[in-house]
Amino acid sequence: MIMTATRTMNFWKKRIQKRTSNSSKSLQSVDRSRPETMMMQIINECTDSDSSTSTDDTSDWQTIRSWTAGTSVRSRRSHLPHQESRHPTNQANVEEIRDAADVRFGLNTGFSEKNKEELVSDLRGLSVRDAMHKLRAAPLSLSDKREVRRLAFSNTVDDSFIRKHVTCSCCPCVLTMWRRFSFSCLNIRSSLKLWSSPMKKLSGRFGSGVLSYFLFLRTLLFFNLLLSATSGVFLIFPQILHPLSRHHQCTPGTFSGLELLTGTGCFSHSLMFYGYYSNDVIKHCGVDPFKSSGPQKVQSPDDCQMFSYSIPSAYFCTIAFPFFIICIILVYSISKSFGKSFHVLKTSRNQAEKVFCSWDHKVSKKSSVRLQCEKISTQIKEQLSETANGEQEKSCKQRCFSLIVHAIAWTACLTSIVLSAAGVHFLSERTLDQDPEDPKLLILSSVVSGFNLLLPGIFNVCGWLERYESTGTGVYVSIFRQEKNLLLKTSLIGVLCYRWLWRIAEIQQFKCWESFVGQELYRLLLMDFLFTILHTFLGEFVWRLFSKKILKKERKPKFDIALNVLELIYGQTLTWLGVLFAPLLPAVQIIKLFVLFYIKKCSLMLNCQASRKPWRATQMTSLFIALLWFPSFLGAAVSVGYTIGTAKPSSTCGPFRNLTRMFESVQWSKDLETSNTFLFWLRWAYNSLIENQLFLFLISGVLLFMIYFQTQVVDGQRKVICLLEKQIENEGTDKTFLISQLQHLTEQCAD
Amino acid sequence: MGATASQLDKGMLSEYQELTFLTKQEILLAHKRFSELVPKEEIDRINCRIPMSLILTLPELKSNPFNERICKVFSTSDIKDGSLSFDDFLDLLSAFSDSATLEIKSHYAFRIFDFDDDGTLGRHDLEKLVNCLTGGTDDTNLTPDEMRQLIDNILEESDIDKDGTVNLSEFQHVISRSPDFVSSFKIVL
Repeated sequence: MIMTATRTMNFWKKRIQKRTSNSSKSLQSVDRSRPETMMMQIINECTDSDSSTSTDDTSDWQTIRSWTAGTSVRSRRSHLPHQESRHPTNQANVEEIRDAADVRFGLNTGFSEKNKEELVSDLRGLSVRDAMHKLRAAPLSLSDKREVRRLAFSNTVDDSFIRKHVTCSCCPCVLTMWRRFSFSCLNIRSSLKLWSSPMKKLSGRFGSGVLSYFLFLRTLLFFNLLLSATSGVFLIFPQILHPLSRHHQCTPGTFSGLELLTGTGCFSHSLMFYGYYSNDVIKHCGVDPFKSSGPQKVQSPDDCQMFSYSIPSAYFCTIAFPFFIICIILVYSISKSFGKSFHVLKTSRNQAEKVFCSWDHKVSKKSSVRLQCEKISTQIKEQLSETANGEQEKSCKQRCFSLIVHAIAWTACLTSIVLSAAGVHFLSERTLDQDPEDPKLLILSSVVSGFNLLLPGIFNVCGWLERYESTGTGVYVSIFRQEKNLLLKTSLIGVLCYRWLWRIAEIQQFKCWESFVGQELYRLLLMDFLFTILHTFLGEFVWRLFSKKILKKERKPKFDIALNVLELIYGQTLTWLGVLFAPLLPAVQIIKLFVLFYIKKCSLMLNCQASRKPWRATQMTSLFIALLWFPSFLGAAVSVGYTIGTAKPSSTCGPFRNLTRMFESVQWSKDLETSNTFLFWLRWAYNSLIENQLFLFLISGVLLFMIYFQTQVVDGQRKVICLLEKQIENEGTDKTFLISQLQHLTEQCAD
Repeated sequence: MGATASQLDKGMLSEYQELTFLTKQEILLAHKRFSELVPKEEIDRINCRIPMSLILTLPELKSNPFNERICKVFSTSDIKDGSLSFDDFLDLLSAFSDSATLEIKSHYAFRIFDFDDDGTLGRHDLEKLVNCLTGGTDDTNLTPDEMRQLIDNILEESDIDKDGTVNLSEFQHVISRSPDFVSSFKIVL
């Protein structure tokens, strides 16, 4: 945000470099005897010319002089018979003078010959690579760019020399190869970009709003890829190589399809869940094959080079490190998008911005273009009427009435949320007491998913009532309409977390409570997926048929972006909560997201139409990421941290079985520690930095100071920008004054 | 220099890659689409120009209300009829591509919106711009009063030197406040 403010400031400073503040004083000292010299002197004073640009000035002034001379000659010639034609000629010449003045004031738009020469001289002063960057970013046509390149690099022999300079600077072979490799990587990366062509079709028909949903889905897919790749390589693969023989094998006879849904039976003793993982330290002997020729016996420890791989530490690290990396990525993207949307000077009305920036060129389908036009037109009209009527105050009665409506809507929604949370809690208590059989296990997850599906419908009705009452504020669809939905999901997850961490962990009847929790999360995720498919089918496909055949209307359902994004965030929260108890859960989530993409895409193309409401894509995307960070990721990280830090692992299964807390696996055995200096330094860093309170106080003090400093800088820059704007305004009035003086003088010359 | 019959040679390809913001795939795809539009009898002529009417049959440009202005701005023909050569076509795609800078996009957006090509956006330009945006049908058009008020608001917000028109710098200043501009000013083949 500081960079945006500095950039704005420098931008305006550059534009008003030629000041005319002393022009009024200088006019008094001007020689009024000869009109042409007077004009030249005025122009000289005003444009702050110094000796470095004197050569340019003389050519310009000669042009202006020839024009003014031409004016006088022409007007003298045409003085008698063509009195009326004098003025158009004068006017045309004044326009030319004004154009020349524009060039000097630096406000001309086109790239004239003079600018091209400036560009060429600039390029000569830079290194070849920077020069090529600058040339590429210049707003010239390709043929002009070729000409400039030829002029700027005219001392080189041929193109291959330029290419050589661009590609390598010091060590030819390595750097050329590296550059070729990175270019080819770039090409591969752009061709591998997942789903780019379906997304282009979707954005062509529905615009940037729907596109932001699918981009968010793709981002979540990459997060899950990161999680499953780390756990796959560091945890699952070693465990596969060293399976524990005491787990019972799965016979085909006992396998039924229901187990895919419930995660019990065969699955509970598979790699999927926590219980499978051993708490061994795998010691692999690297034996020298030439040492002994006889049959391999058990070597004594002195002969082997020990390569020890501790499964509990690996389990812990494959959770801790990806979480840490995801945390950093999320914080970085939030700060970047916040910086983009923060501006030092934000005007309250931004109609100019809307008119200049709102047309989305990606939309190509004719009906969508028409919809976009309607959308923009409605938006403009509503905003104009708002500013026209904005000052009308509501009467006391109207305000009371709107307050009452809001209170009723909120009470209804909050009551339904509390009731659903209580229902889930009650149901969970009942199922805890009973012995769970297979189909009944699905009841809790179905009920949770059912609440997630049905209650937002009620919230929509309440929201419609609120909007109906307040006039003209339905311009923006904001995710804050979904705040009740967000509350619902947060409370449901909260109740479930309480159930898992406090109730199930305490109950002795579960031999392996972590596997059970993992199975529950797996069931929740699957039920959520099934219910989403059901909702897509019913809500969009069946609704469209219904409205077409029965209601006989052509109105197709609209795709509710905010609702769908919240569903995605909910699923991702479940995955993050469950990765501790079921390491393969991110892989399940990847499959789910993949299938969901294609289902949503087909449903959109067949059933839905583009929304009429405007959608501010960038701000909404940053809001989605912020929501993913704050309730979702932080909540999951806190729960996982709490479980690792305080919950007692079960003693019969899993990699942490003989420890009082999962966290103790970090206190590695002595021989591991001494064998690896990296772990030793990590341990030292943890003990001295994170557990040391003084260090934390220092860090927070420094951060607070930096925040205060930055706010002061932004404040100062705001003031400077105001001053600079006033200066520009003054310069504008000076310019009009000078032009009128010039016109006056031209007319004087003509006489 | 321009497109040869069916293939782009390697030298041309790397030159285009250096001078524009397009990747190799995008240039090859552009060449393919451009060659499809060239009439059969001119297919071997180097540096042929395609008339505006043919360019406007591309699905990405067909329904865009600014399509004629886009062709006229990027055309380098002497008669200013909006016909594009392959170089002009690449210029167009480069300015509308993913990696083009904000300065390039705002520069060309300004020229597209400048309907009378006088270097500034005056009241007439703004009026035509709003009519393009709202589609020109009766129920979406603004009334003259609304139009006047809207243009007054726009000038009040963006005209800093108070000369009654929006010049390039003021336009770029307004654009820089909007984070959506870069992503909406995109056309991908």
